[in-house]
Amino acid sequence: MSATPATAEVTSVAPPRERSRVVLPALLFLLLALVPLAVSFGMPAGWLALLTRALIFAIAALSLDLILGVGGLVSFGHAAFLGIGAYVTGIMITEGKSEALVILPAILVTCALFGAITGAVCLRTRGVAFIMITLAFGQMIYFLAQALSAYGGDDGLTLYEKSTLLGFNPFANRTSFYYTVLIALGGAYLLVRGLVASRFGRVLRAARENPTRVSVTGFDVTRVRLIAYVISGMLAGLSGFFLANHTEFVSPAFMSWQRSGELIFMAVLGGVGSLHGAIIGAVAYLIAEDALSHLTEHWRAIFGPLIILFVLFTRGGIVGMLRKLGSRHG
Amino acid sequence: MNTGLLIVQILNGLQFGILLFLVAAGLTLVFGVMDFINLAHGVQYMLGAYLAVTFVALTGSFVLGLVLALAAALVFGLALEFLVFRHLYERDHLDQVLATFGLILLLNQGVKIVWGAAPLSVPLPEFLTGNVALMDGILYPTYRFALIGSGLAVGALLWFIVEKTRTGMLLRAGASNAPMVSALGVDIRKLFMIVFAFGTMLAGFAGAMAAPILSVEPGMGDTVLILAFVVIVIGGIGSIRGAFVAALIVGLVDTLGRSFMNDLLRLFMSAPSARATGAALSSMLIYLLMAVVLFVRPEGLLPARGRT
Repeated sequence: MSATPATAEVTSVAPPRERSRVVLPALLFLLLALVPLAVSFGMPAGWLALLTRALIFAIAALSLDLILGVGGLVSFGHAAFLGIGAYVTGIMITEGKSEALVILPAILVTCALFGAITGAVCLRTRGVAFIMITLAFGQMIYFLAQALSAYGGDDGLTLYEKSTLLGFNPFANRTSFYYTVLIALGGAYLLVRGLVASRFGRVLRAARENPTRVSVTGFDVTRVRLIAYVISGMLAGLSGFFLANHTEFVSPAFMSWQRSGELIFMAVLGGVGSLHGAIIGAVAYLIAEDALSHLTEHWRAIFGPLIILFVLFTRGGIVGMLRKLGSRHG
Repeated sequence: MNTGLLIVQILNGLQFGILLFLVAAGLTLVFGVMDFINLAHGVQYMLGAYLAVTFVALTGSFVLGLVLALAAALVFGLALEFLVFRHLYERDHLDQVLATFGLILLLNQGVKIVWGAAPLSVPLPEFLTGNVALMDGILYPTYRFALIGSGLAVGALLWFIVEKTRTGMLLRAGASNAPMVSALGVDIRKLFMIVFAFGTMLAGFAGAMAAPILSVEPGMGDTVLILAFVVIVIGGIGSIRGAFVAALIVGLVDTLGRSFMNDLLRLFMSAPSARATGAALSSMLIYLLMAVVLFVRPEGLLPARGRT
């Protein structure tokens, strides 16, 4: 499937949205790039760590949006990839291999293998069954991590050093950590956006609307979905690499099914299928989680109803609301 | 590996399978008839257990406490249906997943607020405290037999309702083609209510019956929920028969795998590596089983008739 650029015919389908599709993401990345500057001008330093974490989750939410929003496949096991990325990082650092250029290929290969195998099974089903099977496979990896007694088992694995990149230590300094993650997020965003705009992306989107028609047209729907599933898993593995370096700790809880649910919520909160919405959603989610958990230890009892109300009463997430605002004023 | 231990573990597996069946039966009906994915079903199981803790302590009688717990679980389930689920039937699966996920967060935390985070337990009912001698020197608790027996009885009752009554006929028809049933003049909302109430009762019953032998703690429903998903996928969505067969298979495979995997691996491995591999492999066993079943039969072992 060659990556031909989007034709004028396709882009003209949504001309009013075209501007917001460039302006909003550009504005978003600009704002994010300015955060360390704001911190040096007196913004509380805790924000930098919080936003680094938010951007790490944004990579995972963005990767989920590729299959969930663009492909229409509700995967409830996405935290597994995040966890695999984190565990490969943790295990390799423990074994003395902390160079990112050694760890990252290992993560990508592991995630691609796991994605290809489980994806091939999951994609044999659809709808409710797909949700349940992805959830079950996620749980399988969770239990596998719990059984890894050589690497902490249920208690998790503490990392006593961080990864290096070509001998440098980008993760030792908070600001350079932030920018490294931001650059990775930007790269992931451009990659996914390029994919969605390509012929491959159009087939994936078309298959969400009507898989039968797409397959009758001569495309192999399952193959296209499987490729998207694998790419999405590899990107989530990348976020696991950063997460392990950021928390300096990995544990089975990284891939609990609640984490998968949270990732779905991030993607939906921002506005499913819009890609930059997943980034906004992840940032909003982590800020809200941080604020609520400072308020009370029972923050989940507040967060749960908020999710329910959000689902029942809003449409299109934060990006949808911004778009509505934009169209009202312009 | 000796015969006595094997028999005990087979009984444990059966008992686990029966519990899974009670949870999965309600779930699979709700999926099958309403095409509604209810992640909060596991919470109903947990609530059944917690309500049993409270009512058994309050009344001092296991049977009375069980009945009251079931009634309370039913009322609670219907309240949830009225407040949340009803508004989700027409939505897509993503909305259903998210809203019921939010409900899990709320209720798991709510249980912690009301009952505390520490595990609780329910005393065994006095008339079931003894053991049954299976063979020389091998005892098996009477309560676990009672659990297997009552689960089978509920299963038989369910079979009777689904296969022999008018409501059951509508359920089966709904599982095959809900819009058609609605078009033929059946009040599909009422049918949904009945299905939902029934599923809630079954999950609550499973939780209450499990309370004396498992620790009652927040999040106990989550594990069961995911295993129930595995059961439903293996059995075939919407199929009660499938859920029954798959639940027993999953219960047995999981229990026997955990008890005997080490011994099995020891035959061709050193003891430490057998222990490590055994722990990893036995915890993954049912998921691998699910993958194999799906690979061979994507619709599950015994799919609901007329469903494609």
